[in-house]
Amino acid sequence: MIFSRKFLPTLSLLVFLAVWQGLAVYLSSNTLPTPEAVAKVFWTGCVTGQLPFHLGVTLLRLIVSFSIAMLLGCAIGIALGRNKKLDAFFDNWLVIFLNIPALVAIILCYVWFGLVESAAILAVVINKLPNVIVTIREGTRALDQDLLDMARCYHFSRRKTLAHVIWPQLHPFIMGATRSGLALIWKIILVVELLGRSNGMGYQLHLFFQLFDVASILAYTVAFVAVIQLIEVIILKPLDKKALRWRR
Amino acid sequence: MMDIQININSKAYPAIEQAGHHLAIADFKLSLKSGEFVCLVGPSGCGKTTLLNIIADLDNDYEGEVFVEQEHSHPKIGYIFQNPRLLPWRTVRENIELVLDSNQPSTVIDPLLEIMQLTQSQHVYPERLSLGMSRRVSIIRAFAVDPDVLLMDEPFVSLDAPTARQVRELLLKLWQERPHTVLFVTHDLREAIAMADRLIFLSAAPMSVLSEITVSIPRSERHNENAIEAFRQNLINNYPEIKQLL
Repeated sequence: MIFSRKFLPTLSLLVFLAVWQGLAVYLSSNTLPTPEAVAKVFWTGCVTGQLPFHLGVTLLRLIVSFSIAMLLGCAIGIALGRNKKLDAFFDNWLVIFLNIPALVAIILCYVWFGLVESAAILAVVINKLPNVIVTIREGTRALDQDLLDMARCYHFSRRKTLAHVIWPQLHPFIMGATRSGLALIWKIILVVELLGRSNGMGYQLHLFFQLFDVASILAYTVAFVAVIQLIEVIILKPLDKKALRWRR
Repeated sequence: MMDIQININSKAYPAIEQAGHHLAIADFKLSLKSGEFVCLVGPSGCGKTTLLNIIADLDNDYEGEVFVEQEHSHPKIGYIFQNPRLLPWRTVRENIELVLDSNQPSTVIDPLLEIMQLTQSQHVYPERLSLGMSRRVSIIRAFAVDPDVLLMDEPFVSLDAPTARQVRELLLKLWQERPHTVLFVTHDLREAIAMADRLIFLSAAPMSVLSEITVSIPRSERHNENAIEAFRQNLINNYPEIKQLL
């Protein structure tokens, strides 16, 4: 069992690389470079500092917009989940914002606020926020009334109720929103950069597209996937483990 | 210490889809003296839990009034719910510490844990506890706040007999050490006679008071099974309406 658990993922990765290598050699085309060529470009990018710089800029935007969207989304989501009147009023707004195409939001932000950093961040937040609100609202609706009654009966303060009764119940929903949020934001952020910024991964990819430099595009993609995996393994998994330690 | 006047004209649950309009309580009057141990006895589903929720101020949707003679601005209520209602993500000790006032030292929990034989399990998460242990934790939680009013909603249901007896004895001991008003819901008449100063018999829904009986057995005789059984036989023979309930 232990052997196959470690062996199978490694094998699948090797098979993936082998298929890629085979296809690249068979086609021998500029549009599909071999893994080796991509690794070389990746290394050069790292040495010159180009790749870390643009990756860093994009990650910074990701962290800022993600934090804003999650904080606002949790606050609004809990409020809507706890208050039926508020929910009835804002439900339509939520549906409208949920269905605005990402590209429309980005274009409008740039048109209205100019090609500036805050407009870029705002565009990402607008795209992510409704998703967070909907997820957290569902979580809040599913809160255990028995435990809330218990908290009320024993005169828990608002802060105490939030920290000890509500938050632990929302945890799975927040982790869900975080994971889907990271995946969504990093796709949107590249479009935001492509359309109106002069640095970041999106800008670079746009440049490589015009030069038909597929090796560079793949090298940047690999770097980004690696970073997201790292976030999952270093931050999210341990958080999950810590928060769920009370389960049998 | 506080007197409680309960006067509920009506409490109804509105119709929702298939389930029709349900009148749970009608013309219910009860007054409790401070420090009194009162048992509510009635058929299941008659509205006892609804009554406790109204007294605990968890349910405001009724006609009538509950007057609690105020000593503190908030009367301190200890409520032992029918299910233990522990926070599964907090340990036994954390669950109890959470209900304490900020000026209460957390050491007040230690003797209670000891008496309920939970000192060993105080750092365990509730999902690892048996139902009996969870109930004991919820009893400690209710006592730890040093309540003015203690509400108990069939706290011994589904406990095995020796455990139930043990917890019952501990409960009486704690009550005698720190007197306060107790309202205890049960449908076990023997249990009620063994513990209460006064028995309140309730009708099926809509709930109202059928009769009130003071238990005349002195506290020192309460462990005597024969005395309790004699009192019970006497009750059933003299009050035919109670016999119907049981």
